[in-house]
Amino acid sequence: MLNEVDLSKYEKITAKTIPTEKGISSGHRACQGCVEILAMGMVMKAVGRNVIVANATGCMEIVTSPFPQTAWNVPWMHVAFENTSAVASGIEAALKIREKHGKLKGERPKVLAFGGDGATADIGLQALSGALERGHDFTYVCLDNEAYMNTGIQRSSSTPYGAMTTTSPPGSNSIGQSTWKKNVPAIAAAHNIPYVATASPGNYLDLMNKVRKAIAIDGPAYIHIYAVCPTGWGIKSEKGIELSKLAVKTNVFPLYEVIGGKYILKENKNPKPVVDYLKIQRRFRHLSETDVEYIQKRVDAEYAHLAAMASCAAPEEEENDE
Amino acid sequence: MSAKALMAWQDLALGTAICEPGSAAKLKTGDWRSMAPSLDEEKCIQCGICLILCPEFCISEHDDGFFRPDYDYCKGCGICANECPKDAITMGREEK
Amino acid sequence: MAKRVGLEVSLAVADAVKMSKAEVVSAYPITPQTHIVEELSHFVANGELDAAFIPVESEHSAMSAAMGSAATGARTYTATSSQGLALMNEMLPIASAMRLPIVMTIANRSLSGPISIWNDHSDIMSIRDVGWVQIFVENGQEAFDISVCAFKIAEDHRVLLPMGVNMDGFMLSHMIEPVEFPDQSDIDDFLPGFTAKMILDPAEPVTMGPVGVPEVYMEAKVQCEQALINSKPVVKEVLDGFAAKFGRQYNLVETNGKEGAKTLFVTMGSLGETVMTSVDEMNADGKDVGQVRIRLWRPFPQEEFLAAVKGADKLIVLDRALSPGGVRGPVASELASLFHGQADAPEIVNVVAGLGGRDVSVDEFKEIYETAQSGGFKDAYTVWGVMSNA
Repeated sequence: MLNEVDLSKYEKITAKTIPTEKGISSGHRACQGCVEILAMGMVMKAVGRNVIVANATGCMEIVTSPFPQTAWNVPWMHVAFENTSAVASGIEAALKIREKHGKLKGERPKVLAFGGDGATADIGLQALSGALERGHDFTYVCLDNEAYMNTGIQRSSSTPYGAMTTTSPPGSNSIGQSTWKKNVPAIAAAHNIPYVATASPGNYLDLMNKVRKAIAIDGPAYIHIYAVCPTGWGIKSEKGIELSKLAVKTNVFPLYEVIGGKYILKENKNPKPVVDYLKIQRRFRHLSETDVEYIQKRVDAEYAHLAAMASCAAPEEEENDE
Repeated sequence: MSAKALMAWQDLALGTAICEPGSAAKLKTGDWRSMAPSLDEEKCIQCGICLILCPEFCISEHDDGFFRPDYDYCKGCGICANECPKDAITMGREEK
Repeated sequence: MAKRVGLEVSLAVADAVKMSKAEVVSAYPITPQTHIVEELSHFVANGELDAAFIPVESEHSAMSAAMGSAATGARTYTATSSQGLALMNEMLPIASAMRLPIVMTIANRSLSGPISIWNDHSDIMSIRDVGWVQIFVENGQEAFDISVCAFKIAEDHRVLLPMGVNMDGFMLSHMIEPVEFPDQSDIDDFLPGFTAKMILDPAEPVTMGPVGVPEVYMEAKVQCEQALINSKPVVKEVLDGFAAKFGRQYNLVETNGKEGAKTLFVTMGSLGETVMTSVDEMNADGKDVGQVRIRLWRPFPQEEFLAAVKGADKLIVLDRALSPGGVRGPVASELASLFHGQADAPEIVNVVAGLGGRDVSVDEFKEIYETAQSGGFKDAYTVWGVMSNA
């Protein structure tokens, strides 16, 4: 094992003990059926009130904080787009030193950073890498809606292959997004931090418990959350959770954890075909059968790669059995 | 003071911070709604999944054990109806 | 007992930050600022300073982490130069708008294009309007003293703004100078711990940095602007308080040379010390020349400056940065604006000199004086000492 990860402070949530805590109030201005704000609310339920949030510029920042009203019930700070991990670093360092100097009342608050996929995979990747590498005790949550939605659905490096956005339009010379989605969880895991996970709000207990693990461990944690954007993806507003589940069932968005360097994959033995996932979204409507076949193959290959990494990380006694 | 401004600069909190947590609740987003959920209490098993999956955080458990939305905030997205395991919630045009 | 030692000015600044008991230092290496934060990291490593040292991955993150730290109520320090300041640029007006009292030393260095590690003021002039308190120091003792004062000024509840302490890169930062260190207990008396007015605290949740809709943006900017304007008496009060306790008086504007001189050099930063020597020598030769040194750049000390130049009929304004395509250099533009509409306004002769570490000697200042007296400077500004085929 690369890291000893102490999960002794982990407090599991069960179907009967789901917190009703509202870190974010009603009256926010997210679009109808926004799964990003829903996922954020789930994270806040799992975290509770003893937390300080740093939020990157983006949809969630905009819809929760237009002056003079705030949806936040916890201390919250927005500075800019690319620097949320650095802001969180400063908050964490200040909390620790103030705790050491006896200036904090009560238990040291958790530090939570939120960024969208643009803030995480693109403009904020450097600051994220720095904060993970330095080992700050904080949890970074990427709410991945797979494009720059706040500015009008432009492609990011997290936009999936084939997707139509306003800057990856399909055309006679274009399939839409021509690149495969950047694997930020793998980049986070490459920092050898104690905890990395992917999560989907369709699997809400799993999501909340991953957040609970992330805040329980000492050191940096990264959670990559799949966050359906009905507006940007071209689905009906009621379909966000259905699609969140489908992304997992088709292996488009596999759920896994990397604990102390060890991959733990939630196995999906009978995956649904990817076409089921693609066909209900307007952003993929232009894809041909051949395109869909290609995507299916690549999804299968990526899943197999993940499964292989997960099997590599078998319990220690088996590893020694060579 | 100009009518174009919300308040005088002297009345702003330090750094234009907002010091009233959760004040967004003053914004009643219910008027964004064109379709409204309604609950069939015969079918409802009071599982509360609708509460967990409401993006408006506006569904709460009532004294009778049923989970109902606060229509002041419900934007009518329909996730609760779509996800209800017993099809106890239906979306319909509201009579206003 | 206070002790006097000779040391590199960068290290004196690090000592000032240590004796000010900074709690969080975020820093990224850039020449010529690096010795300050190296020294601070040593202090933290050996326990002399009980602080968090965040070795960030860029200056952008240095300022961002500093903002998170200050918002969490910790006394916060960083330092930078040139390209680092430019990279921070985006954060600087946010730090002031959010009223975060960060103290930053800027070891002034030219901005790249071409890359130059040497000194001028092009870095700081590019961030003139970010809403920070900005002060210039001229020597090692001043660098130490003003760095201590900076925390007291920035953290004063009447101010609550970030403050930049400018010292010329290499020309000052790397000089070995004698510096008198006060006793720690005296520093502690002068500078108690930071008590924030508003912090990120779950017991009292605030939303910092909300969306500034058009109905509040202008008021938000004016709040910051007024705080900066109103910081001037606090700067003066703190500097006077320092003088009362430690015996070294610093004013917002300083004068030297012949009293009532008709021609005055106007300088900012350590090149002023060379001008001082030149002025002394010219005075000894019977020349009617004096000098005004601007210490506080933002907020600009208008009354103090006007009082200092009263009676003069010519100002030779030294700028250490170009404003390409503009009317004059930045300091001269400021003064032209200050004198606008005044009947007895002095003539402004603007000399841009010493860019990118180009040395300007005592004798050259004499030459500049003579040229100004003979009406040799025909243009709105003159770039001094540049080789040209024209």
